[in-house]
Amino acid sequence: MNISDLVIPLIFAGVLIYGVCTKTDVFAEFTEGVKDGLKTVYDIFPSLFCLVISVAAFRASGGAELLTELLSPALNAVGFPPECAELILLRPFSGSGAIAVFERVLTACGPDSIAGRTASVILGSSETTFYTLSVYFAAVKAKKTRYALLCALVGDFVCAAVSAVAVRMML
Amino acid sequence: MMKWIMTGLIVLSAVFAALTGNMGSLTTAFLEECGGAVQLAISLTGIIALWSGIMRVAQSSGLTGKLAKLAEPVLSKLFGGLERGGKAMQYITLNITANILGLGNASTPFGIAAMREIEREEHNPEPEKASHNMIVLTVMNTASLQLIPTTAAALRLAHGSADPMEILPCVWVTSVCALSAALTAAAVCRALSRRKRL
Repeated sequence: MNISDLVIPLIFAGVLIYGVCTKTDVFAEFTEGVKDGLKTVYDIFPSLFCLVISVAAFRASGGAELLTELLSPALNAVGFPPECAELILLRPFSGSGAIAVFERVLTACGPDSIAGRTASVILGSSETTFYTLSVYFAAVKAKKTRYALLCALVGDFVCAAVSAVAVRMML
Repeated sequence: MMKWIMTGLIVLSAVFAALTGNMGSLTTAFLEECGGAVQLAISLTGIIALWSGIMRVAQSSGLTGKLAKLAEPVLSKLFGGLERGGKAMQYITLNITANILGLGNASTPFGIAAMREIEREEHNPEPEKASHNMIVLTVMNTASLQLIPTTAAALRLAHGSADPMEILPCVWVTSVCALSAALTAAAVCRALSRRKRL
């Protein structure tokens, strides 16, 4: 058994036991929470829908592959494994897309190659930036997100740059 | 922001599809992914409903309040001007804890609840503009706080890695650098936007 398999059952049981001990009506609260959850999905669905179809269009257009080809010489020059270029392009948009590209890198280069390790570090230390931004801001009135996207992309850029350096220096 | 992301992606897709001769698959992608988006929303509904239920029990029993008190010394440095021990701080604490534990599914409903409470507590005079706290919270969620990269490690193992977990130190260094860079950028942007207003 995996230790991480314990986390969720322990949280559920722990929260319910604590609730019963503090005389909370756990069933009523839980069902109220479920209702809130449904409202949340209703609020974020339009943004989520737009993002999903836009990303699907981008993936089907072959744009990621084309940009990868264009970027490869430059990335090679700075010592970044070009096999990971498509991963850094797709990672902010699509979690499942990034995993598909990641598996392709592992199959083509091997998990313990420089490219395979760099790809692993990128996947392990980044999130689906655009999904998070669109879903979080869909829930509030603030439609002008000011510097949120810029700062998030600064983080993604640093993630890609540092991952290549870290793999070379630490492994 | 969303209008730029959506227009940008779709215009780029059309241009690239024209260049690579993929126009047909672009049309198919639009039509198929409409259903895909609904399917995603349905599976998301179940997960969000489950975690929202648990969150509500933990919140009304006082458990999240206790957790938030533990995290306050650190979080109050990142999030200013929120009620001490208030609901916003509690949901922020849950969101960050879920991220660190790698419960990506749980962090979304917690994060959304936190965004709403920040909005409620701040009484922003310009509600259509994101506040600094909202931006800090989203930026912390677009960077990765996860301690153990389970997905990457599992796929490495499946592809025959000699040591799937060897990436751990690199992942930590990279995550810390990316998060610090994003938070520094946010602090700089806030300083700049204040100066502009003077």
